[in-house]
Amino acid sequence: MRITVTVDGTQYSDEVEPRTLLVHYLRETLGKVGTVIGCDTSNCGACTVHLNGQSVKSCSVLAVQADGCEITTIEGLARDGQLHPVQQAFHDNHALQCGFCTPGMIMQSIDLLADNPDPDEKAVREGLEGNLCRCTGYQNIVRAVRDAAQHMSPGAGPEAERVDGSGVREPSAIGGE
Amino acid sequence: MTTTEETPMGFGRMHRKEDARFLRGRGNYVDDVTLPGMVHGAVLRSPYAHAKIVSIDTSAAEAHPKVLAVITGETLAGLNLAWMPTLSGDVQAVLATDKVRFQGQEVAFVVAEDRYSARDALELIDVDYEALAPVVDARKALDPGAPVVRDDLEGRTDNHIFDWETGDKARTDEVFAAAEVIASQDMLYPRVHPAPMETCGSVADMDPVTGKLTIWTTTQAPHAHRTLYALVAGLPEHKIRVVSPDIGGGFGNKVGIYPGYVCSIVGSILTGKPVKWVEDRSENLMSTSFARDYHMHGEIAATKDGRILAIKVKVLADHGAFNGTAQPTKYPAGFFGVFTGSYDIEAAHAEVTGVYTNKAPGGVAYACSFRITEAVYLVERLIDVLALDLGMDPAELRMRNLLQPDQFPYQSKTGWEYDSGDYPRTLRLALEMAGYDELRAEQARRRESGGQDLMGIGLAFFTEAVGAGPRKHMDILGLGMADSAELRVHPTGKAVLRLSVQSQGQGHETTFAQIVAEELGISPDDIDVVHGDTDQTPFGLGTYGSRSTPVSGAATAVVARKVRERAKIVASAMLEVSTDDLEWEKGRWFVKGDPEAGKSIQDIAMAAHSNLELPDGVEGHLDATCVYNPPNLTYPFGAYICVVDVDAGTGQVKVRRFIAVDDCGVRINPMIVEGQVHGGLADGVGMALMQGMAFDEDGNHLGGSFMDYLLPTSMECPSWELGETVTPSPHHPIGAKGVGESATVGSPAAVVNAVLDALKPFGVRHADMPLTPAAVWCALQGRPIRTDLAIT
Repeated sequence: MRITVTVDGTQYSDEVEPRTLLVHYLRETLGKVGTVIGCDTSNCGACTVHLNGQSVKSCSVLAVQADGCEITTIEGLARDGQLHPVQQAFHDNHALQCGFCTPGMIMQSIDLLADNPDPDEKAVREGLEGNLCRCTGYQNIVRAVRDAAQHMSPGAGPEAERVDGSGVREPSAIGGE
Repeated sequence: MTTTEETPMGFGRMHRKEDARFLRGRGNYVDDVTLPGMVHGAVLRSPYAHAKIVSIDTSAAEAHPKVLAVITGETLAGLNLAWMPTLSGDVQAVLATDKVRFQGQEVAFVVAEDRYSARDALELIDVDYEALAPVVDARKALDPGAPVVRDDLEGRTDNHIFDWETGDKARTDEVFAAAEVIASQDMLYPRVHPAPMETCGSVADMDPVTGKLTIWTTTQAPHAHRTLYALVAGLPEHKIRVVSPDIGGGFGNKVGIYPGYVCSIVGSILTGKPVKWVEDRSENLMSTSFARDYHMHGEIAATKDGRILAIKVKVLADHGAFNGTAQPTKYPAGFFGVFTGSYDIEAAHAEVTGVYTNKAPGGVAYACSFRITEAVYLVERLIDVLALDLGMDPAELRMRNLLQPDQFPYQSKTGWEYDSGDYPRTLRLALEMAGYDELRAEQARRRESGGQDLMGIGLAFFTEAVGAGPRKHMDILGLGMADSAELRVHPTGKAVLRLSVQSQGQGHETTFAQIVAEELGISPDDIDVVHGDTDQTPFGLGTYGSRSTPVSGAATAVVARKVRERAKIVASAMLEVSTDDLEWEKGRWFVKGDPEAGKSIQDIAMAAHSNLELPDGVEGHLDATCVYNPPNLTYPFGAYICVVDVDAGTGQVKVRRFIAVDDCGVRINPMIVEGQVHGGLADGVGMALMQGMAFDEDGNHLGGSFMDYLLPTSMECPSWELGETVTPSPHHPIGAKGVGESATVGSPAAVVNAVLDALKPFGVRHADMPLTPAAVWCALQGRPIRTDLAIT
């Protein structure tokens, strides 16, 4: 069936099989390979993207469910060559090693900062529980997220994600309906 | 670029060069590789642990409109590829022909136009199995009448793989016979899995015109893979290019060659198209290299006042169905021989017996430094058991027996020459950081007040042995364990460094540039580090066993020094003085006594490529190569202290604090070292408390997905508290030791010792990992459970 989605600000329209997972659509149809796959049971969160402004594990969403939605991936964060504050904070705090969990981890971090602009350590750890990392032992990631919070205007949410300009977080288009 | 003030050019907390692409989703991992005409492979796996294959019907799969090929063991047998050699000199089935020998074993390979169709076609293959009794419990593998796992091997009538021993048995027995105190303990280091976030995969492209095979693959040892493919497939080595692109974590999982890689190559040969194979997580956990699985019986002899005299060990090693363990040829139990640890003892002896069982192959993986995880766990648990028996504080017992700084280089009783160490200083620092005395006081108060809320303090002091190794003693399948570096300075003073090792996240692109920067005074940002492509890099054995810094790091320093010496000759020609009159300061040669008269390395690079007249025999340009054959391993060490809270009602363990003091000699990039330690400590917490792969009586693999094989999340990990001491390796060109695996090696014992310390008032002497709530609760009830079997 044909779906139309906006990914990182660009609109795409494609024929997809109903069973195609969103992560495979992003990677194989659109070539957006920044979003990766780390498991087959929805545990690891490496495939985390934003669907209408909220983080989802794209291995657990069908591409057809994203029809009409706006998706942001790791590749859509940097603007005009400038890293998103969370990307910058991950670099500054050595919050990545092999880099495989990093795209999902950053997307989830942005989501949690949208919910809680100034999280304490415990809140960051709770907010990242759905994202596994095998390299960093998490501590520098926690540090990076709190550092990023200090570099983002409190309560404003991440600018890069306001693709429609409203900055308003809509409820997820899927799962609740 | 960020550097420390003291060392503005080379060593220091430089932020990583490789981050730029990873942060933007612009890494290039194997599954990101797409080639024109590329098709997809998928593996059909055995549902049985042990079964005879009666027949395989692939006709329905072949009839699938999107299927290009279905490959079985029979197909491969026709190519003489049904079996492949392992890193231990055994053979492993690529696709099963006669029998399946573990659940998840590869039975058939489908090549189809897309990933989904390939999976569809797997469902269309009909395999008729005749189930056989499996060998599940390693402790029964040698029983008379046990099913024979490897009846494919000529004349094989039992499951015995090898016996290996080290140390002086007679002397050890003598010391034990005269000892005042002997403490002993059985312990299992259970089977776990490295579980890198990225699974294993490959894209094989056999070009039918040039006859050249290119394989993009998740390998920690691309050059060794190339040679093995040449030997196994009979392809000429210059017609094989192995590319290990960005790797999403390795942890030892990506050292060996897996059947999926071979199948993707055969698939490409048969279809004439590039074939991609990427395994699922469940496939990764069930079929690729596991770690540990050592059943150990340890005994420690001591005087009544706590002087350790001797250690003896018997190990039963479960190697699964094929002996695919990755280790140097002469070391079937890896470097388990360093089990005497950090202590000055009189005698030691160990015996290790390897057995086949109906499980996946592996053993050496997951930051084990060739079985040192097991060795350290053994000795550090034995020390705590001895402390318990003697009624001594475990910190005091360790302090009393540690090797002293003036004993280095120290010849261990099992033949290892520890390079350097100042153990008491490191332990004292850890105890101070922890506030050890106050912690014990708090624990005493808590114990007096009773209640369900228990507190435990655990220590581990470890000595690692990394940087394999001297090629006289160490080789893998005949390939000596040296590594290389090639350095070329371009005319404008920028440089390219080509390495034989392969990063999987450890930051080589940054730290190896820092080594060159320190030696030559070229900014690390001006040095491109190339690795992972066998057509572009010098031969070497790859990255595992924390060997990159010890071996390739040394090669890099040496090659930079060679370039510096060539630059000296060029500078002497430029300045028209003798080389004897020149002096080096970072980044330039200048005339002794006349600092103004000098030439920067950049000026020299341009001159080396110019028409400047050079002395006879000097070829010009600015480059060098080095193959580094290490004289010894490096022996980093550390003192770890873990504090846990245990709920006696539920068995739940919470790691409250973890103090880790590591000494890896000179730190090239302290920020990266700390990141390595953080990651390894999380491994330790995971192994000690959560990660387990058990089997049921039919050999079903329990823990074959992330639903059951639990990895620590941000919630199970505390904020790590790190300290450091610096005791350089005297034999290493820059005094650096490896460190990547230290935390994984050292931390599990600290966590387990902490939990068992909490349980001490309940008379619990030992319990095996993983110390899940169920295991802890059972231990508190006096009902120890076996963590390797679902049936108890």
